Amino acid sequence: MAPVLIQRGDLAVLLIGLLAVVVLGIHYWSASAGDRVIIKRGGELFLSASLDRPFRVSVPGPLGITKIEVSQQKARVLSDPGPRQLCVRQGWISRAGEVAICLPNQVSMEIAGRVRTYDSLNY
Amino acid sequence: MRDAYGHMTVLTINSTVEDHRLAYLAALAISLMWVEAVLPSPLPGVKPGLANIVTLLVLRQYGLRTAFWVAGLRVVAGSILLGSFLTPGFVMSLGGAMASLAALSLAQYLPQRYFGAVSLSVLAAFAHIAAQLAIVSVWLMPDVNVFYLSPVFAAAAWFFGLSNGVIAAHLLQNFSGAGLHESAT
Repeated sequence: MAPVLIQRGDLAVLLIGLLAVVVLGIHYWSASAGDRVIIKRGGELFLSASLDRPFRVSVPGPLGITKIEVSQQKARVLSDPGPRQLCVRQGWISRAGEVAICLPNQVSMEIAGRVRTYDSLNY
Repeated sequence: MRDAYGHMTVLTINSTVEDHRLAYLAALAISLMWVEAVLPSPLPGVKPGLANIVTLLVLRQYGLRTAFWVAGLRVVAGSILLGSFLTPGFVMSLGGAMASLAALSLAQYLPQRYFGAVSLSVLAAFAHIAAQLAIVSVWLMPDVNVFYLSPVFAAAAWFFGLSNGVIAAHLLQNFSGAGLHESAT
């Protein structure tokens, strides 16, 4: 008998898994464009501002200054003292629920829509 | 060391065949974990989890109890070797492993006629990532919506669950009958 690595039941599990990925994607990523940026420092609110007007802001954290830029309804981390630059490389974010986290400097930036999208726990 | 009569005291730990098997399998899993820690990851936090192939093989060859020990030893000893013992990374690793084992303890009762190692692997991978996301959102970053990234992690779990499962299924077919560690000694 030829070796069967993926059996019929496995295909069903794979299909259900793929469906779960798609459902998660639709649930979390179909959010509309956001209109506010919420900047937190050490878990506390630092600034909540509209995305309508462009501005730049410097957020001081334990490692130094994290610079955030808002322009054309989008926001990005311009510079950050963190070693890996993950939040800087993330680039522009604009959709409600999107976040850029500069973990070493304890700064996070989140886009919020008119109606805040809640996670499934709140339904 | 000598006792009161001048005789040498010999401390003997009686190890069983099962202990040796556990040690060998845990060492195998730890080496895979190490290889993975050295390899660069395309996305922070996303790893193939090759050590889980060992867990799957052990589950099918020796049962859940042995799989539990091998995974537990791997997480604890592996983190000591990598220098992450008791760090958040260790808690994530432990949480993921425990959730995987919990999923496997249920999934192992699926009829083997239809559900192979791929099913076990995918289900364990999803349990793993669900537990890790829960740990991050409850404990590490309570005020950040980490579930926003869940589709990416779920897709990675699906893909690596499938690939690890296929590898495990292949190995199980080739080595069924012979024990895992006997072939290496």
